[in-house]
Amino acid sequence: MVLNLLAGIDISKLLGLALRTSIGVQAATFALAAVGLNLHYGYTGLLNFGVVAFMAAGAYGMAIFFTQGWLGGSLLLGIAAGLVFAIGIALSIGLPSLRLRADYLAITTIAIAEVLRISFRSQRLLDLTGGPFGLPSIEDRNANVSFADVVTIDWNPINDGAYGFWRLRFDEQTLWVMILGWTMVMLTTLLIWGLMRSPWGRVIKAIREDEDAARALGKNVFSYKLQSLIIGGMIVALAGITRSLNTGFVETQQFKPQTTFFIWTVLILGGAASVWGPVIGAITFWFIIVFVEELLRQMVDSGWIPEAILESNDIASVRMIMMGIMLAVLMIWRPQGLVGKKEEAQIDVR
Amino acid sequence: MSGNASSNSFEATIGSAKPDPILTLDDMVRTFGGLRAVDIDHLEIQRGIITAFIGPNGAGKTTLFNLITGFDKPNSGSWVFGDSSLAGKAPHIIAQAGMVRTFQLTKSLAKMTVLDNMLLGAAKQRGELLRYALLPTQWKKQESKVLEKAEGLLERFNLAHMREEYAATLSGGQRKLLEMARALMSEPTLILLDEPMAGVNPALVESLLQHIENLRDDGVSVLFIEHDMDVIMGISDWIVVLAEGRIIAEGTPGEVSKNPAVIDAYLGSSVAEELKNV
Repeated sequence: MVLNLLAGIDISKLLGLALRTSIGVQAATFALAAVGLNLHYGYTGLLNFGVVAFMAAGAYGMAIFFTQGWLGGSLLLGIAAGLVFAIGIALSIGLPSLRLRADYLAITTIAIAEVLRISFRSQRLLDLTGGPFGLPSIEDRNANVSFADVVTIDWNPINDGAYGFWRLRFDEQTLWVMILGWTMVMLTTLLIWGLMRSPWGRVIKAIREDEDAARALGKNVFSYKLQSLIIGGMIVALAGITRSLNTGFVETQQFKPQTTFFIWTVLILGGAASVWGPVIGAITFWFIIVFVEELLRQMVDSGWIPEAILESNDIASVRMIMMGIMLAVLMIWRPQGLVGKKEEAQIDVR
Repeated sequence: MSGNASSNSFEATIGSAKPDPILTLDDMVRTFGGLRAVDIDHLEIQRGIITAFIGPNGAGKTTLFNLITGFDKPNSGSWVFGDSSLAGKAPHIIAQAGMVRTFQLTKSLAKMTVLDNMLLGAAKQRGELLRYALLPTQWKKQESKVLEKAEGLLERFNLAHMREEYAATLSGGQRKLLEMARALMSEPTLILLDEPMAGVNPALVESLLQHIENLRDDGVSVLFIEHDMDVIMGISDWIVVLAEGRIIAEGTPGEVSKNPAVIDAYLGSSVAEELKNV
């Protein structure tokens, strides 16, 4: 019976695809974004529901600077421009709303993320952002001119070829971006670890718990929250930049609000307020998503699931349902995530 | 009774001048809609003694605390701490000036350890600046001094055995002790305690009182809110009585308890009975 059930299922393909995605560039960018969000929410208690605004700021800042050819169009300067743009977004969110209660920050961040996305898409900014077509322009893309080439070809020290084994074989370009992405994940994780073991981190954690207590002890809460918003925002912007360098272009479709909630799921799955939570969360998240999607696809294809219940075209939308269920289940039964400390878990309704 | 003999020499009239005031309030008004929650013409708090604010619920005690410490803004008024005016200053600036408060509902940071709670209290830490945070060599030395001070205070407040525990595991009384000890980490010159005895196990009250007296003996000025009459009488050097936002009397415990305005107009007959026995 068991064998029968597995008859239509290609286990090697199933595991291979899931593993491949969970160590891929996409997982690395999600891990990076979750590291930034972890500083915001996990440690400082800032409800940032506009994660994608910082990703967009990084990606568009870099892409605009590069495609406009400003200051010689150097990609490194472009990346710096993306980070500066993210600081600008952090200030424009933080200065008006960090003095208010936490919920106002949440509302402001959602709003700013949508304002950015819709502005980038507008006809008025067509020359700068490419409007709905994104950057680089269609002509440049057809001619294979992109900022991604600078990284994947010009900067790539790896010889042409395929590396790895089994289903985990990557070409030299993908492998190089993976290495860059995961290196940034490691460096930012190290940064957060260093910050959180310092007295600075102690103040940040105190603010998460009770702003008034920190104020009564002489800490400038507003300044600390702004610092956290800026540092975390820059890390999230790096995630946006890395993703664009992998896809080779930026467009507004990549920055829809649902990305924000994917990253929240990653953080809560791994464990908010834990140093390795975002990394574990991103890897696990992509493994589960791809595993279930591929399993469903194979079950539909082999006739185990009748078309009346699920068609292969609908499988992609199952991802959103799964994410919702995953988030709800975690909040109820394991608010500290996979590696977080239960005593420090933030999601406990008091 | 009084730990400071000189406290008997102040004049027991409302707004009386003190020989060495640490805090002086003038024309403080705070209204909520039509209600004048705080309305004080003049008040001086003497340095080096224990001063208590008493009054029924709604008298404006906590509102006054919030105003003094910058957590709330008065409609008008000025107040001077030491030599500097504090009007319009942010709470953290006021705390840095040496006036540290505790809260009626204890704000022990439950998801941090008792020790981390204490370390947080210390003022002027280099490691709290972002530019030094990643360079432990810049703050390790100061950190070990802070740690030493924290351990000393934990010992004194009988919390040393709990140092690695999360503050959430402490009892209500222990949290009050922790909050007081944490406030002392910054070496304040004036400490404001908002109902330090509320909700504390009676067995612990005696030791809490002892701690407050020790503070005064160490040269810290203490200002506290309480409504337990016995406690007030036993420990305070000076009492300020508030009702409906106004000061209706001030004086030594003996004077206040005999003040007909306090007994008749405000304390009510049952409390008056209680006071006769003191």
